[in-house]
Amino acid sequence: MTVPLLDPTIAPPEAPVVAGARVRRGWSPSLVAGAVLLGLILALALVSLFWTPYALDQATPGGRLAGPSADHWAGTDRLGRDQFTQLMLGARTAVWVGTAAVAVAFALGLPLGLLAAAGGRIADDAVIGVVDILIAFPTLLLAMLLVTVYGASTLVAIIAIGVGVCAEVARLTRISASRIFTQDYVLAARTSGTGPIMILIRHVLPNIWHTLLVQATLAFGIAVIAEASLSYLGLGTPPPAPSWGRMLQEAQPTVSVAPWNVLLPGIAVAIAVIGVNLLGDGLRETLDPQLRRNRRAVKR
Amino acid sequence: MTTILAAEHLTVTLDDRTLVKDLDVELAARDRVGLIGESGSGKSLTALALLGLLPEGMRVSGRITVDGRDLIAAPDRDWRRVRGNTVSMVFQEPLTALDPLMPIGRQIAGPLRLHRGLNRTDAQAQAVHWCERVGLPDPERLVRALPHEISGGQRQRVALAMALACRPRVLIADEPTTALDVTVQAQILSLFDELIEETSVALLFISHDLPVVAGLAQRLIVMRDGRVEESGATGDVLRRPQSAYARQLVTSAAQVTRLTVGTVER
Repeated sequence: MTVPLLDPTIAPPEAPVVAGARVRRGWSPSLVAGAVLLGLILALALVSLFWTPYALDQATPGGRLAGPSADHWAGTDRLGRDQFTQLMLGARTAVWVGTAAVAVAFALGLPLGLLAAAGGRIADDAVIGVVDILIAFPTLLLAMLLVTVYGASTLVAIIAIGVGVCAEVARLTRISASRIFTQDYVLAARTSGTGPIMILIRHVLPNIWHTLLVQATLAFGIAVIAEASLSYLGLGTPPPAPSWGRMLQEAQPTVSVAPWNVLLPGIAVAIAVIGVNLLGDGLRETLDPQLRRNRRAVKR
Repeated sequence: MTTILAAEHLTVTLDDRTLVKDLDVELAARDRVGLIGESGSGKSLTALALLGLLPEGMRVSGRITVDGRDLIAAPDRDWRRVRGNTVSMVFQEPLTALDPLMPIGRQIAGPLRLHRGLNRTDAQAQAVHWCERVGLPDPERLVRALPHEISGGQRQRVALAMALACRPRVLIADEPTTALDVTVQAQILSLFDELIEETSVALLFISHDLPVVAGLAQRLIVMRDGRVEESGATGDVLRRPQSAYARQLVTSAAQVTRLTVGTVER
């Protein structure tokens, strides 16, 4: 007996193919705000490579602890040096230390996290152990230890901060990657003969990099604060290279006479950190495939 | 005809529980075997075991031979040459079985580059060709689409193209139509039918839906709680079920009358 069903040989009446014509995404406000703030700091750092209002160690005729004026946009410190010059050079230090520390953190944390997610139970337990110890160990304490052994330098600060932040990176990588490893498409890739390394490259990394990028911006913020803290304690960038943290520390005794000398480096740190955090939020909204899809669905 | 993939006394255990017990299956070119059972009966586990992909902690015993070679204790490297190349698989839920961030063309091209060593351009051209073959509209444009941009039926077509791209000789289909609605299901089934005929691939079709399997398979294996309840030619199992469980299964399917609908002659 034959029951006439739909004629199955006919291809389905086509759902619209929207490929290639991807909906253009709008910029999220926090992305724009973050980019502007961070751009300001980056611009200061970049311009400082070519030009500063004064030389760093130039004691200027305006006098000591002068307030902001046309000659000295951010006033002068207790030695009569131009504060704005120091802020610019401090931005350079902050950007350099932040970027390098994030690079160190990812160079260590990413392989660790992937190893934990892909390497079976023993590797996982080992990595979790290391990460737990690192998280329990305060970054500042680690930095002090390193400084005692190797002396204060920018490089030691970068490594100390990088190692401190890498635990978070490893943990996040492990969590996101193991979530991907349980997905059907990874199993499907394995049924088609894809090896573990190719699965990492083709399927796992592309599906977690947006999470990691957001983590990188947050880590940058943490690194900038950590650098300022270390320098404030005299454990970071050694003089004469300027750093926002040391500007704060040097201005501290004269805070009642020249409060702007404390305020301005503090504001600079705040702008950098708020900037990267907003940028991170904005990136998450823009990049996260889940959020993106939902937003697109709403638009329809 | 020579056997391509065979399992003898396939047994899967987790700790002291037996999840699949003493399963025998043999697939030669153009064979169509249906594996049927309720959820939790060990059907999908059998499929994964046949590809050497059991989850960590599970132990497998018996024999699994591919082209006469026993692979049960073979290292993953040997298995990888078999997977996707000799034996490949289609999954139940096409949305989750496709990488959400990779254009479908690249996903179809993946196994081709892996097993055939094609370069990007050739593999992509093959992907377009396969999209056309599985009846996807506008393949040139569709290969650039992401999985969520196409419909469920189209996704399963992509999954099928991906599984068949390297011209495997055995295709394991794990409930490939369960997640689709009935009309799309009919289209996908007829596509299976057509492509199996064309490529002479052997099929192991796993489902809980007796009418669907009965319409497609020559032989049936009925599983329950990891044990094989019944195994034989489709007609025999349907007309003269030996075990009590198979009898119940056939009767209930007949009662819903979908049996007549499902076994449409094609």
